[in-house]
Amino acid sequence: MPAVSKGDGMRGLAVFISDIRNCKSKEAEIKRINKELANIRSKFKGDKALDGYSKKKYVCKLLFIFLLGHDIDFGHMEAVNLLSSNKYTEKQIGYLFISVLVNSNSELIRLINNAIKNDLSSRNPTFMCLALHCIANVGSREMAEAFASEIPRILVAGDTMDSVKQSAALCLLRLYKTSPDLVLMGEWTSRVVHLLNDQHMGVVTAAISLITCLSQKNPDEFKTCVSLAVSRLSRIVSSASTDLQDYTYYFVPAPWLSCKLLRLLQCYPPPEDGAVKGRLVECLETILNKAQEPPKSKKVQHSNAKNAILFEAISLIIHYDSEPNLLVRACNQLGQFLQHRETNLRYLALESMCTLASSEFSHEAVKTHIETVINALKTERDVSVRQRAADLLYAMCDRSNAKQIVAEMLSYLETADYSIREEMVLKVAILAEKYAVDYSWYVDTILNLIRIAGDYVSEEVWYRVIQIVINRDDVQGYAAKTVFEALQAPACHENMVKVGGYILGEFGNLIAGDPRSSPLVQFNLLHSKFHLCSVPTRALLLSAYIKFINLFPETKATIQEVLRCDSQIRNSDVELQQRAVEYLKLSSIASTDVLATVLEEMPPFPERESSILAKLKKKKGPGAVSVTELEDNKREGGELNGGGDRGPDTAAMAASNASTPSPSADLLGIRSAAPIGAAPANAGSLLVDVFSEAGPAAPSAAVNDDGFLRDLEQPTETSDSLLVEGSGDSDSAPPSEDPAPPLSEADELLNNWPKLNVQTKPVEPLVEGGAQIQQVLNIECLTDFSDAPLLNIKFRYGGALQNLTLKLPVTINKFFQPTEMTSHDFFQRWKQLSQPQQEAQKIFKANHSMDTEVLKAKLLGLGTALLDNVDPNPENYVCAGVIQTKGQQVGCLLRLEPNAQAQMYRLTLRCSKDSVSRRLCELLAEQF
Amino acid sequence: MQFMLLFSRQGKLRLQKWYVPLSDKEKKKITRELVQTVLARKPKMCSFLEWRDLKIVYKRYASLYFCCAIEDQDNELITLEIIHRYVELLDKYFGSVCELDIIFNFEKAYFILDEFLLGGEAQETSKKNVLKAIEQADLLQEDAKDAETPRSVLEEIGLT
Repeated sequence: MPAVSKGDGMRGLAVFISDIRNCKSKEAEIKRINKELANIRSKFKGDKALDGYSKKKYVCKLLFIFLLGHDIDFGHMEAVNLLSSNKYTEKQIGYLFISVLVNSNSELIRLINNAIKNDLSSRNPTFMCLALHCIANVGSREMAEAFASEIPRILVAGDTMDSVKQSAALCLLRLYKTSPDLVLMGEWTSRVVHLLNDQHMGVVTAAISLITCLSQKNPDEFKTCVSLAVSRLSRIVSSASTDLQDYTYYFVPAPWLSCKLLRLLQCYPPPEDGAVKGRLVECLETILNKAQEPPKSKKVQHSNAKNAILFEAISLIIHYDSEPNLLVRACNQLGQFLQHRETNLRYLALESMCTLASSEFSHEAVKTHIETVINALKTERDVSVRQRAADLLYAMCDRSNAKQIVAEMLSYLETADYSIREEMVLKVAILAEKYAVDYSWYVDTILNLIRIAGDYVSEEVWYRVIQIVINRDDVQGYAAKTVFEALQAPACHENMVKVGGYILGEFGNLIAGDPRSSPLVQFNLLHSKFHLCSVPTRALLLSAYIKFINLFPETKATIQEVLRCDSQIRNSDVELQQRAVEYLKLSSIASTDVLATVLEEMPPFPERESSILAKLKKKKGPGAVSVTELEDNKREGGELNGGGDRGPDTAAMAASNASTPSPSADLLGIRSAAPIGAAPANAGSLLVDVFSEAGPAAPSAAVNDDGFLRDLEQPTETSDSLLVEGSGDSDSAPPSEDPAPPLSEADELLNNWPKLNVQTKPVEPLVEGGAQIQQVLNIECLTDFSDAPLLNIKFRYGGALQNLTLKLPVTINKFFQPTEMTSHDFFQRWKQLSQPQQEAQKIFKANHSMDTEVLKAKLLGLGTALLDNVDPNPENYVCAGVIQTKGQQVGCLLRLEPNAQAQMYRLTLRCSKDSVSRRLCELLAEQF
Repeated sequence: MQFMLLFSRQGKLRLQKWYVPLSDKEKKKITRELVQTVLARKPKMCSFLEWRDLKIVYKRYASLYFCCAIEDQDNELITLEIIHRYVELLDKYFGSVCELDIIFNFEKAYFILDEFLLGGEAQETSKKNVLKAIEQADLLQEDAKDAETPRSVLEEIGLT
């Protein structure tokens, strides 16, 4: 091979590259590039026709500039011109440019395809390869349309050169991946499969990638490849290390091809033909045997190539999962690798063993390596290896070793890398639950988890421990005692306070006999944490306090005192304030009987798949974490006030019976799911719904509040769809002297509401005592409306017909779709909506805080987009959105101008429909 | 394989090859993220890591990092040797390849890669065959150059 003579390069290009390299700063580089771009532009536009060489040089410079990370928007035409040059070197640069800077201009694509077509039919193998490389690199749909039928012909034609066949095979693979519908193998199938027998190893290597991909999609049509692959593999495996000449890599015969053959076989079940199967098993055994032979070279390339085949063989053995002998041998081999000095091998062995652990034949064999794996978790210096070790421990865990593994994982958590803590926490929580024999061990484990890694304990984890404690009465006393002790720690995690508040609120009575944990001591302990906690936790603690009043009448005075103090009853947080007000009232007016009914112990949760498991399933790979959290936030972000992902013209709307104060709740809870929890039967529950008709009402009769209480406390996962809880919950019916289980008949009727299309699901005619039913309402806005829809609930209870009419918190703004726009666009549209009736304006005095963040939160809660840098006055707020109704889309623009000195606002709305402007203006004016 | 990146110890991208369709914006984001992740790793650490739903295989040769993203089913060790074979090809072609060779002859680096890998799969693993293909192309290049008219003096000194 001749050394590259500098003469054949393009000197102008080399000089330019040197210039760029000599630039001392980013600015200098950009300046130099701009100068060059101007130069090239003028050359391309100049009157003098450029010769091929200059064109090539300039196109190459553009390519270089693009690869530096700058945008290039010209030169495509010149590159296409190069394609049709007869000079290889010009053609090659033209193709390179086209491959790197794919352009979707259809005229250009037509020209490119033309040039490719010419080259494909040129019978010049070098040109053909260039054209095929270009198709493979671009792989666009347009190219598939133009060439998908032509390439198989080239691939199987008898007179095609080997190098062209190789390119054609992989080119076809690329097209198949982008446009499978356009690549029809049909008549070619058998001839393509027989490429596995080709004399040229390069052709086989290229073709097998195509065959593997096609086999995955059409296993039946390609199944003849199995026996061909086995015999090819067998020939390679049994060949001497020099037989294959240049396809031998560091004394390993054809490692790439071997791996691909083993990979192809993984698309199929074990061969049915006994002879084929015997031959394959022989191959696999030979590969396993070779692993024990002394290496033929000390070079890492030798061992890597050899082990690459070994790991692929092990994957195949695991895939078959039918040869106990091979599985155990594979496991032993991996066991050796676990202690290998090469980090790469230890990593792969841990990874591969994870899949072996799930096979019944090798599970026990994997378990024998537990000490080594635990050691790896403790001593590996590379976090990605430790991650694999943790995964393997999780996979090999069963009842026999659960305690050991959980203990090791817990102790690892204390020093674990931040990147993997959350996943570790989930794994520990799952193992602890899955293999718990006695639930006190489970409770200990989860509390330890919160103590060690509280920040990483997600809601699912602490919800779950509470579900389990509530459902298992044998562990309730223990849980109360343990959590009480855990709370003694001077600094304990907020999640511990949540669990503590919840469990003591339910089961504090079980340990109240001991003077060291008397009711007042319990209360004081909880309350000592109160001020350090976030709003959702405080809300939960307030509920725990009201439960205390019921459990321990002697604490009533103290707790009422607490509720009555200004920091509670006048708390700036609406949710806390409401709880304080309602609980105080409830505790003072309700009789002990009523209290006992309302504040009864939580009923057991229905058994279901652990929400933690669902979370872990969702979480694959550390990279996915942020996405998962985003989704969660979105989900919890509540739909009621115009949240994330509802369709354009329907809004799934309702209250949820399943929300716990969510950490994503903002100050007002406007967009949070938390306070939505209110059952509609409860007039005082519409806190969240700042924009609803009802507005915050005075606390209603105590009985109705029960649903509210329960809703907020029930630690189930927030459900995806928001639910309306129907009535028929026996607890919310008036207490009856009748000891017989209350049978009620629920019947929901939504008002005939011509402006909304409401869909409900049929409800069972009978609701058991103590049972709850949920009703999802899908609401589609047909046209804009002013009055909130009414929900009528009729049911029979104790023989008497009951009738409840509730206002649904559905207002026109629920159907908003936020619209982002620039300042220019905003004012242009603003001017377009200039007819007097399109505008509604109100000037009013501020009723609430004029704090910027609070205002922003309220405006976002409206469902519109809050536009920054639009209004020239930074004090003002502007929003834009579209109300989606079935008939039309109503564009809405909003401007809110606060005057802090005068404590006044001016609110202006301009909508494409005048009734909407008026309605929104009325709705909004009450909120500020 | 989904893509291959070559970058320097300073984080400068020297070569990028994408085998899946992605927007320029995504490519830049991925590159930035990966370069950062890989450069942050210590020398003795293993050559594989999980990243998003892909497996990253990387190896450092002198001042250059070679980094491949492969899918879940793909074989890490054989990918490591794909990198090595590519380095061997560059080395043989340039004669003790160094980073500068790749900077100044980036188009050649792309051509060699296309002969070796196509659409993210090994096309030709024989070193001899790959180099023969490139050699032939170079010969064509020589012929073509002879046929050209002599270039201007200005061009010879690189001023245009």
